[in-house]
Amino acid sequence: MNLYSDLFLTFAKVGVCTFGGGYAMLPILQRELVEHKGWTTQAELTDYFAIGQCTPGVIAVNTATFVGHKLCGPLGGVAATLGLVFPSIAIIMVIAAFLQNFADLPVVIHAFNGVRACVCALILSSVLKLRKSTVIDPPTVLIFALVLALAVIGNFAPIPAGAFWGSALRFLCSPVVLVVLSGVAGLLIRAAKGGGEK
Amino acid sequence: MIFLRLFFEFFRVGLFSIGGGLATIPFLSDMGARTGWFSAGDLANMIAISESTPGPMGVNMATYVGFHTGGIPGGVAATLGLVCPSILIILVIAGFLKKFRESRVVDAVFYGIRPASTALIAAALAEVCSIALMFRQVTVPETGAVETRLFYWPAVLLAAVVFACLHVQPLKKLHPIVFIALSAAAGVVFQL
Repeated sequence: MNLYSDLFLTFAKVGVCTFGGGYAMLPILQRELVEHKGWTTQAELTDYFAIGQCTPGVIAVNTATFVGHKLCGPLGGVAATLGLVFPSIAIIMVIAAFLQNFADLPVVIHAFNGVRACVCALILSSVLKLRKSTVIDPPTVLIFALVLALAVIGNFAPIPAGAFWGSALRFLCSPVVLVVLSGVAGLLIRAAKGGGEK
Repeated sequence: MIFLRLFFEFFRVGLFSIGGGLATIPFLSDMGARTGWFSAGDLANMIAISESTPGPMGVNMATYVGFHTGGIPGGVAATLGLVCPSILIILVIAGFLKKFRESRVVDAVFYGIRPASTALIAAALAEVCSIALMFRQVTVPETGAVETRLFYWPAVLLAAVVFACLHVQPLKKLHPIVFIALSAAAGVVFQL
């Protein structure tokens, strides 16, 4: 079999087998890539996964691109990623089309009201776990608190459009700007600490 | 041109959301508010569907939003937009993998971004909670009048039960899909 189609099919299989993505995916990647195919070593996969977590984008897509690139260059990366997303696209579209037709049924509405409550609990639990590994010292506590406050203001407070300070605040509260500013803050904090030690 | 807009909106999400599927939620909630493509309630449903179907959550959300907005080509355009920045960035990084891992600048930038990413998800959580648990319109049985309740206690109770189960030893190993399915059943049985 052609290596490109092998990459596509293997990652399509990984896509079908994982629910939720991210961390749930690591054991399946280990089984398929390290044990079955021998495409990467365990250490390489751990490296890819670690970088995938801290670079922009979906972790699974980042890892797939790495593995594909390692085996047969940029086109391999594209083939692996397309394989990974193919089952999602097909499955979600069937579900979405189905729900569009039945969204107004009382049974579906009640079911989704239950599901939404469950989603709150699931996300809260994930946020608490994430907080343990990301909010680790006073500067990160400060960044966490500031970003949370600004993002909540951005979500809930009615910001008057038109006035200069209104547009400035709206700009500041957008997630993209907050992420960029936090990256800059991280650099400055580390630079200040490094300078202090010398 | 709706497909190009979907592509670029999701390109932005892919470029700035760091740390996997959950990290895309604040960007999607922002997108919903700006474009009017979907409501915060729709977003809560999409999160549940994306968590309980195969595939990475971020990709599922992109496909769902794209399909909801522009049909099948919309779903494809949104998903390609989401993965494009990943592919480009990883292909660049793959060339100097070791240097990237050991770079102090990269480490410092992510030292700042990680807590921010957690805070953004927490803020999105507040929004999802306000939709799922609060401000519900209730018909009073005696008078037939419609009132808005600040807290919708049956939903709050269900969320609290699920949260408790997620922290009890044998139950917390269960896959989220189990909790989502049981909550859907509870919603139907108790007419939430």
